[in-house]
Amino acid sequence: MGEAFIALDKVQHVYGGEGGVLAVEDLTLTVREGEFVAVVGPSGCGKSTLMKLATGLQFPRAGTVRVDGQAVSKPVKIAGMAFQNPTLLPWRTTLDNILLPLEIVEPHRSRLRREKAAYTEKAEALLASVGLAGFGPKFPWQLSGGMQQRASLCRALIHEPRLLMLDEPFGALDAFTREELWCVIRDLQAARKFTVILVTHDLREAVFLADKVFCMSARPGRIIAEREITLPRPRDLEVTYSPEFADIVHELRSHIKGARSGVH
Amino acid sequence: MTNKQKIALAPWVFTLGFFLLWEAACRLFGISSFVLPSPMQIGAAMWEYRTQLTFHSFHTLWMTFAGFVLAVIFGLAMGLALGSSKIVHAGTYPLLVGFNAIPKVAVVPILVIWFGVGWLPAVLTAFLISFFPIVVNVATGLATIEPEVEDVLKALGASKLDIMTKVGLPRSMPYFFGSLKVAITLAYVGSVIAEYNASKFGIGNLMARASADFNVPLLFASLIALAVLGVAMYAITAWVEKRMTGWAQRSGFAAG
Repeated sequence: MGEAFIALDKVQHVYGGEGGVLAVEDLTLTVREGEFVAVVGPSGCGKSTLMKLATGLQFPRAGTVRVDGQAVSKPVKIAGMAFQNPTLLPWRTTLDNILLPLEIVEPHRSRLRREKAAYTEKAEALLASVGLAGFGPKFPWQLSGGMQQRASLCRALIHEPRLLMLDEPFGALDAFTREELWCVIRDLQAARKFTVILVTHDLREAVFLADKVFCMSARPGRIIAEREITLPRPRDLEVTYSPEFADIVHELRSHIKGARSGVH
Repeated sequence: MTNKQKIALAPWVFTLGFFLLWEAACRLFGISSFVLPSPMQIGAAMWEYRTQLTFHSFHTLWMTFAGFVLAVIFGLAMGLALGSSKIVHAGTYPLLVGFNAIPKVAVVPILVIWFGVGWLPAVLTAFLISFFPIVVNVATGLATIEPEVEDVLKALGASKLDIMTKVGLPRSMPYFFGSLKVAITLAYVGSVIAEYNASKFGIGNLMARASADFNVPLLFASLIALAVLGVAMYAITAWVEKRMTGWAQRSGFAAG
């Protein structure tokens, strides 16, 4: 660890040319390799913009974005992404959906046809690890919302990305399914040690999962608070009912409240 | 009889009832066959002219099919171009809409001047009248790709071509096959119009001659032949659509 894996320095981003909407301004943050980071903030504060900047889908108007020591000038190719909407392709089976990134990313792209069996086995193992064993041949629309979201996580992880970007991935799920998936992502990250940036507006989710939580201000977004979460790992869902946990959530809550009213 | 059986039987009963009512009305009010022939008289005419009707039907089918195939090729290519480039879309859309607004009957005389009386005006009219819905639908299918899916692929380093083949094309297929049902019916209208005005063959031409001879039963017999052919072509494209894009018709597919 130690060295910054992702570093945004005084980043400014504007949507829509001259006189457009200022999405983020003076945004500075660093993430170490293998760290689980959560970004919280009021809605419309530029959290998703932060994700696009860090993956090279958008480029800043001012400031620099560095990933893995390189200034970002094109999509980074080391990222997996999952969104609130599972966005699985309905004409592909769940298994084929999960194999999709391998059809794009080298070296898998040129190997996929030859070593199809090995890759299929790998995808099925991944499905099993999120509790979807045997669901590969089903179409996504035959799965429930929670199952689709699990499959979407598998698609984001199949090519073993060093960086996982999660944009409110559990936002549309019911409370029980959401907590189940927290544990799924917790275990996957503990086992594989990839870096995660989780964008969310659920403070409990952020505190339960992350090593560090960044609070963003209302638009134009910038970081107004940074909080290390020192709760010991592995964390059990029980920890969310402990007083320390509640204290941290409270503290973050007051930052967000300040950000919403514009006083911080 | 269960409700399901009743529903399955209903189309046949209603169609039969329609013709029975027609027959009864003709006999009851003594309507002259010169004004409205009864279904029996039409049936007789169909039998009498069966060789001509079959020959001209096949000709019309060929014209329609040729124009339709051209429309599919051109419509698909044009739709992909429109859907993947905002500039092409903005530039050509007004032209397309303007062109589509012209009633195609008005184009037939020009085609006759260019190509003479024959099969070419019929094929071209069928093509011109039917490509527009294909273009619009394919372009719509491409334009409605979820931005998140695009982000997922772009973040992996996917090229524009990758996104087009992995997402864009499959995504627009239900729109494409849906438009075929409309296009085949339009192509059929186009070829019959052109045959009526500028051909020596085809059901349209047969009708033009029957009408000049005041052969009203033959006129109606041709209409029935047109209806049967039209329904058949629609059914075939609808069947192809269902086969090719089952995933887009989820409820039926999941049950089956």
